[in-house]
Amino acid sequence: MNVLWLQSGGCGGCSMSLLCADTTDFQGHLRDGGIQLLWHPSLSLASGEEVIELLDALAAGNTLLDVLCVEGSLLRGPNGTGRFHMLAGTGLPMIDWVKRLAARAKHVMAVGSCAAWGGITAGGNNPTDACGLQFEDDQLGGLLGAAFRSGSGLPVINVAGCPTHPSWITDTLMALAANTFNAEDLDPLNRPRSYADQLVHHGCTRNEYYEFKASAEKPSDLGCMMEHMGCKGTQVHADCNIRLWNGEGSCTRGGYACIACTEPGFQEPGHPFHETPKLAGIPIGLPTDMPKAWFVALASLSKSATPKRVKNNAVADHLVVRPAVRKTRLK
Amino acid sequence: MSRLLVGPFNRVEGDLEVALDIADGRVSSAQVNATMYRGFEQILQGKEPHDALVYVPRICGICSVSQSVASARALADLGGITMPPNGQHATNVILSNENLADHLTHFYLFFMPDFARPVYAGHAWHAEAVRRFSPDYGEQVRAATAARQRWLTIMGTLGGKWPHTQSIEPGGSTRAIDSAERVRLLAKVREFRSFLERQLFAAPLEAVASLPNEEALWNWHAQDPLAGDLRFFLTLVRDLSLQSLGQGPGRYLSYGAYAQPDGSWALPGGVWRADSARLDVLDAAAITEDATHAWLAEGGKGPLHPLSGITRPEPDKRGAYTWNKAPRLAGEVVETGAIARQLAGGQSLVRDAVAHHGGTVYTRVLARLIELARVVPMVEDWLQGIRPGEAFCVPSSLPEDGRGVGLGEAARGSLGHWIVVQRGRIANYQIVAPTSWNFSPRDAAGTPGALEQALVNASVLDGEKTPISVQHIVRSFDPCMVCTVH
Repeated sequence: MNVLWLQSGGCGGCSMSLLCADTTDFQGHLRDGGIQLLWHPSLSLASGEEVIELLDALAAGNTLLDVLCVEGSLLRGPNGTGRFHMLAGTGLPMIDWVKRLAARAKHVMAVGSCAAWGGITAGGNNPTDACGLQFEDDQLGGLLGAAFRSGSGLPVINVAGCPTHPSWITDTLMALAANTFNAEDLDPLNRPRSYADQLVHHGCTRNEYYEFKASAEKPSDLGCMMEHMGCKGTQVHADCNIRLWNGEGSCTRGGYACIACTEPGFQEPGHPFHETPKLAGIPIGLPTDMPKAWFVALASLSKSATPKRVKNNAVADHLVVRPAVRKTRLK
Repeated sequence: MSRLLVGPFNRVEGDLEVALDIADGRVSSAQVNATMYRGFEQILQGKEPHDALVYVPRICGICSVSQSVASARALADLGGITMPPNGQHATNVILSNENLADHLTHFYLFFMPDFARPVYAGHAWHAEAVRRFSPDYGEQVRAATAARQRWLTIMGTLGGKWPHTQSIEPGGSTRAIDSAERVRLLAKVREFRSFLERQLFAAPLEAVASLPNEEALWNWHAQDPLAGDLRFFLTLVRDLSLQSLGQGPGRYLSYGAYAQPDGSWALPGGVWRADSARLDVLDAAAITEDATHAWLAEGGKGPLHPLSGITRPEPDKRGAYTWNKAPRLAGEVVETGAIARQLAGGQSLVRDAVAHHGGTVYTRVLARLIELARVVPMVEDWLQGIRPGEAFCVPSSLPEDGRGVGLGEAARGSLGHWIVVQRGRIANYQIVAPTSWNFSPRDAAGTPGALEQALVNASVLDGEKTPISVQHIVRSFDPCMVCTVH
């Protein structure tokens, strides 16, 4: 399966993340999965005119393009010209190259939240008029338009995340290579269900603190970060606390809030990232699927039942009260 | 005289195009174009200052932690915050984890593969270069990718994830380390040390880091010219005269790397002048950015210090050819990177090699590898210096009005963040990245930037459209274009 990887208005972080894939032989891992990287900006030998020749051959349909991976948002500015990113050596805006190549591709994959929704590059007043391949935040459209379908009939596959987890990419590419990926494998935002059907909350090591609403009050505290520290893990679609990062990490395990980086529009939350917006003392963003009245009732009940151990550890950066060792057998 | 437009330039981070004037088979003049603009300095305007810690790592996926550290330092300066010793040690471990991963990635994945190109097929070492360094198949490329993955699991523990960790705060690190974890982390550092000692150096790190001068280096090389990838590189240096390729401006800038709890630096900074072999104290007030040849507004005021800098696109500006401004130090072009850190930090082998050859493809790569050998033992020391149970982070209280400066070193060199806060919001945020220095365009006086100077005299072979010598020189800087243009 021929894969071309292009980068536009992003940071290259999804490529760097991909290189951290959990394997003892990254290059062999891709090959064994049937994935042939025609060109990748960080990994390939070809430079300059060799690349332009390849792009021309792909655009003309002379070389088969199975998957077009685009990392980074698409920069439509200034004034719709695309000149905020010219593809070096070609004198043409990257958005023109992407449109041309997408028309030839069997599959088109947005790698990361920039390519999926616009992402961090679309933050603030969006100075470059950045958008995703087929979305602009949560609105269908983007560079390629709502009606776009690649050669396979699928819309753009949005492997969102800032950055993406290496397994989200390799799993999807390998499923495409094996011809086992179809429309039912996409969630309503066209993210692969293999990672988007979980919530960041699932597997969070702070779940006991969450149960008792024993909350962190400052960076490095061990408690649940939902109530005060801006954590959106109970609402965000991703398996970060099940499929860990870089061996054993996740944002919440690293001591900071989930900022919803797999979700459209995360770059402009409308409140400081590390503060939870509240109404009358109650967080506005409640756990997905949970009615507000129940949350309020459960939270007040669980807070009154919080063990001293959980309460004290929640506001320290290491255990200050250890779990008791019982002299009788566990029942 | 002919003209070549070289791009897309790959195995650099981000997008780069180089325009070359060629006369008599040599580059007579070069213009460096950073071809993308994203506008982080505009995006940050009006945000809560602390939110910068979410945005700035995302300037760059290869040095995101370096951006975090510079930003956290700017906020700490703004708020008068001092992190506890544990926070400093943890920050240094995280930052060095990224910096050393960058050096490893650069050498094995970005720089060395060029020697596997068919253009070198006639050289005795070519088959070995292909075996070790061809992309996708090279044995050492694959082994180094695996070593990098294992090394960055330290970041998984300490930073939650990489890139774009948010564990770095002005007051320290959000992830405390207990004593059992410290033992595991030390084991991972030893694993990385073992890779370097077996594959890259074929020698103990301390033996490489203590080579006193070039004579000792070449004697060590002569013992076994193909043992380990550094000695293999040295073999190529001699055969291809890489010691004289890509002469930089001869002035080197380092802000100092790895701040210590006592206020010192593990690698002290300064400005090294090769002509006089002198280290000057940095005057950060003398840093300016000149936008004459950038597609950015100048404000009619000439070069500006970053605290009063402006970033406003002017895509139709005449005479402009890049999105990068031209940083200058007291009006002078300087080079930054591992070579500057090792020169300022007094590393005797690098000082000796630069005294003989200047800043070239050879000395830039050598400095990077020497830094790998020097810093890994420091990481072991920082981990040993952690006191489990003591604080890792103090809360950040930021004033409604004020300014802050955060200076530090990314793998590629000196990185500065300048913030101005008014009524609790960011009024101005300016970033000067390492490759902004190295790949700067001409300034108002017409003086070319460091790479633009280094490319002059590079040889262009008959029929070459992407000259191999140009590729070596460009990659020897380990450029990061996404940081440059932010």
